[in-house]
Amino acid sequence: MRETLEKIRKEAMEALASPTAELEELRIRYLGKKGELTAVLRGMGKLSAEERPVIGQLANDVRAEIEQKIDELATAAKGKAMEKKLAAEKLDVTVPGDPIRAGHFHPLALVQRQLEDIFLGMGYSIVDGPEVEYDYYNFQALNIPPDHPARDTQDTFYITDNILLRSQTSPVQARVMEKTQPPIKIISPGRVYRSDAVDATHSPLFHQLEGLVIDRGITMGDLKGALEMFAKRMFGEQTKIRFRPHHFPFTEPSAEVDVSCFVCGGTGCRLCKGEGWIEILGAGMVHPNVLRNCGIDPEVYSGFAFGLGIERIALLKYHIDDMRLLYENDIRFLNQF
Amino acid sequence: MTLSMKWLADYTDVSDITIKEYCDRMTMSGSKVEGYEELGTDVSGVICGKILKIDRHPNAERLVICQVDVGAAEPLQIITAATNVFEGALVPVAVDGAHLPGDVKIKRGKLRGEVSEGMFCSIAELGLTLHDMPGAIEDGILILSDVGLGDIPLGADMVKELGLRDVVVEFEITSNRPDCLSVLGLARETAVTFGRPLDLPPIKKPAPCPDGDCIENYLSVDVQNTEKCYRYSARVVKNVKIGPSPLWLRMKLRASGVRPINNIVDITNFVMLEYGQPMHAFDYRCLDGSKIVVRSAGDGEEFVSLDSIPHTLDSSMLVIADEKKAVALAGVMGGENSEITDSTATVVFESATFHPGSVRVTAKKLGMRTESSSRFEKGLDSENTMPALDRACEMVELLGAGEIVNGTIDVYPVPKEKVKLPLDADVINAFLGVNLTQEYMAETMKKLDFEVSDDLGTITVPTFRDDVRCMNDIAEEILRMYGYDKIQATLSSSATPTLGARTERQNFDNTLHDTLVGMGMNEIETFSFISPSWYDKIRLPADDPRRVGVVISNPLGEDTSVMRTTTLPSMLKVLGDNYNVKNRDVKLFEMSKVYLPTEPDKLPGEPARLTLGILTPENNAFYAMKGYIEAILALAGTEEPVFRACATEPTFHPGRCAEVYVGDVRIGVFGEAHPAVSAAYGIEGGVYLAEIATDALYDCRRTAIVYRQIPKHPAIERDFSFVAGEAVEAASVASVIREADKLVASVSLFDIYRGPQIGAGRKSMSYAVMLRAADRTLTDAEADEAVTTILEALENKLGIKLR
Repeated sequence: MRETLEKIRKEAMEALASPTAELEELRIRYLGKKGELTAVLRGMGKLSAEERPVIGQLANDVRAEIEQKIDELATAAKGKAMEKKLAAEKLDVTVPGDPIRAGHFHPLALVQRQLEDIFLGMGYSIVDGPEVEYDYYNFQALNIPPDHPARDTQDTFYITDNILLRSQTSPVQARVMEKTQPPIKIISPGRVYRSDAVDATHSPLFHQLEGLVIDRGITMGDLKGALEMFAKRMFGEQTKIRFRPHHFPFTEPSAEVDVSCFVCGGTGCRLCKGEGWIEILGAGMVHPNVLRNCGIDPEVYSGFAFGLGIERIALLKYHIDDMRLLYENDIRFLNQF
Repeated sequence: MTLSMKWLADYTDVSDITIKEYCDRMTMSGSKVEGYEELGTDVSGVICGKILKIDRHPNAERLVICQVDVGAAEPLQIITAATNVFEGALVPVAVDGAHLPGDVKIKRGKLRGEVSEGMFCSIAELGLTLHDMPGAIEDGILILSDVGLGDIPLGADMVKELGLRDVVVEFEITSNRPDCLSVLGLARETAVTFGRPLDLPPIKKPAPCPDGDCIENYLSVDVQNTEKCYRYSARVVKNVKIGPSPLWLRMKLRASGVRPINNIVDITNFVMLEYGQPMHAFDYRCLDGSKIVVRSAGDGEEFVSLDSIPHTLDSSMLVIADEKKAVALAGVMGGENSEITDSTATVVFESATFHPGSVRVTAKKLGMRTESSSRFEKGLDSENTMPALDRACEMVELLGAGEIVNGTIDVYPVPKEKVKLPLDADVINAFLGVNLTQEYMAETMKKLDFEVSDDLGTITVPTFRDDVRCMNDIAEEILRMYGYDKIQATLSSSATPTLGARTERQNFDNTLHDTLVGMGMNEIETFSFISPSWYDKIRLPADDPRRVGVVISNPLGEDTSVMRTTTLPSMLKVLGDNYNVKNRDVKLFEMSKVYLPTEPDKLPGEPARLTLGILTPENNAFYAMKGYIEAILALAGTEEPVFRACATEPTFHPGRCAEVYVGDVRIGVFGEAHPAVSAAYGIEGGVYLAEIATDALYDCRRTAIVYRQIPKHPAIERDFSFVAGEAVEAASVASVIREADKLVASVSLFDIYRGPQIGAGRKSMSYAVMLRAADRTLTDAEADEAVTTILEALENKLGIKLR
């Protein structure tokens, strides 16, 4: 019997060394219920009690050896088959992906969001106000009485004698101050209206962002500090700001604020028209008449306000040379943002 | 305000400072410079020459050959076609290498074989007009003796002799500083900015009239409207000889952008530019009744201004009149009926101040903003009328233009009071964040012509500085002279800390905004105002309430004349514009507002709107649009929305439009645009629109997230196909299934089929129904029982059966 087992082992190993038949056939031939090894094991009953464990052990070893070999071969064959399949499945990775297209923010929204985020980080909250506004909030509360010459400089759309389309975001200042005692620290972005015909640099509707800070002991140095921090966040750490004296009826002292050109860094280029500076903001210390008009005591509180044009920043930032593009909404324009 | 630097030099010397630096430093001290221009630099190489001899050109009938003495050893030979030259004439000669305006270069050359060493110049060739050079002719050579320049040395530089060279600086003067709309005002600012002395020579009072003639013999002034006329000062000049002003005066006016007219008018303009006080000169013989009356115009009163334009006045306007008629629009312009002419013999000079608002409104109403009105409307100093009048009289004497009649009429019912303000360095330092001494501040104010008390604690505001009325104003004066750039930037260290955070609504809007972009939509921005005719384009019937909107009383044009009550036409316009430039497959959204009238004289409501627009080549994007709407609703986390077919929105296809409700709240409407609407915007193909009330959506949002347990027990899924008539809505089938049995966990439609097997007017709808119990695993028997219940309910309620 031992010889038979050894013979089976030998034959099986030879057959498996270079298998001509399918592995499964070989498995059945040697290990199957009707296989050769099983036939041998069936004859075990005839063996003596001494021989039985020895032969049993041998039979198990032979079975294990054949099984292992078959498994090895099967694994190798599977691997080969997988390799072949994968090779056949090779893709051209340079073919474009399926179109999953996100849309695009309007450039004005991008700039507005960036501005908001900068000021939120500086402790400002965002306040909205009506676009159709009373003359009182747009002008009178802001120290611009009827017939004031400043009314000429921002030609205003009127609905009635007392109601107009706000020509600036400043009325929100007055509304906030009326309702809130200091400390006040707000920005107010939004649409404003002036009767300018549409051209490359004008639009009867545009967006401003207004800022207002009121508290005890606010100084003009604080205004400069706030705007300097803003300018660095918006235009880069290297940015410097410059205050030029100016006049606004609702602030005193007032300033026009330039930032050093963020393209040339101040040496002069096409964007800054060789000046090195770009005018970007109007600002100043809130006029005591405005504080009084809104029920805040100028002897106790002081504050500053500033305003900027969102379109202006968008045009500068994205090098857009014609304001009309912003309102034409051609998707070939919008897709660029 | 255009400032002649030559004129400025009469009062303060900044000749050592480059023009660039001058402009920069003036801007930084508060007088903003827009730019500067160097006059006369376009003319060079033009000298004075005398024509010695004129000969005919041998080869050209129309040309003559002139020998010209230009003060050199040899005369120049110059050929000209001009016919007004003569032997002995003194003329400007552009010699070889000369430059003339318009980039003209003069070169020695030959004309028809004869040498010409230059060119004689006409006034136009020198860049001048008849106003600049009265007496000259337009279409010939400038004969210098015609313009009173017959004594210029030969060879003299004509640029210098004519006074053509100057530098003019253009200032943008802010409305609070009318005092700087004058040479003297800017001279004061210049002197303080550069630390130079300001040298204002005293005005010489006119000599007494030799015959003792006095103004009362000529004129009385009656100011009837003292509310609008603060001061009226007048003098009379007799024996007036109207003629051109001297060259120096004309050149100063020309540099300042004012056209020379004649000596009397030029004097009034000169004084206006120098003192900032507009003046007017009347021809005395045109004043009926020897009287000046300052009164309100009558409603409908007719008036013809100096520029021959007729106007109809109203009672809001102030006029200067005589006994019978208006002779000037106060502060705006004189009348043609009392204009100074060549035959004027007696002149009344007016120097007055008027209510700024009244002048502004009058000028605006009549559309005639003048140098005069633009000064008056900013509020002028009533204390300035007399110095200006005296200066005008001094000029009359200087120019020999007439004899000043003794006396002045000066109606000044309420003299201006001087304003005193405290000067407190501590307060100002604390306000500005600087550290300056009381002495420095006092000194600065003094230089600006403020009086300072001995203890330095009080300042008196000069009458020409009505803009200085409180501490802030003083702080600005000091700061602009100290230097805005010297303020140290600080960060409100003492201020109360504040939290910078978006509100819940702002976050909601931003999330919506971000999600729409993430879902592939492009954001647009459109105007808030539209044309009322756009409501026709979107098919709103005549009585639609959306046609009643907020109307702009002074619109730029029809297209921007009403505030929109719906955003759909704006979106459609953008879709149409994109379609026109062949952009296809366009998906857009806008987050904006509409403006809905409330009560008269009250502000309108400004509810927010989310507008979606899809342009697609195929007519199949209804469900794509609905998908966006459902995504938005899911994002907001509203309760189950209800979609109701809507055939009544005129802008939409009556069979492809739905209103969205959450509970009773209407969130919006969406669907396919009515073909007539697409056509109105020139679009062929599918247009899909949605208008969502963002405020309503926000109100219906899920405010708090509360976790619900994930089901522990498996569900059993059963699929059914039903055949139903077209009228049966998918949502009602789902709703019946959902309510039929409490084991129904979810119902979803996965297919709709129409075809010959089903029959016309019918459809097959396939639903997947999930059955689940919260507390146990369902048995097949339980599921079968539920299915039976569902099928019965469908048959009973909707009359539909399994396919």
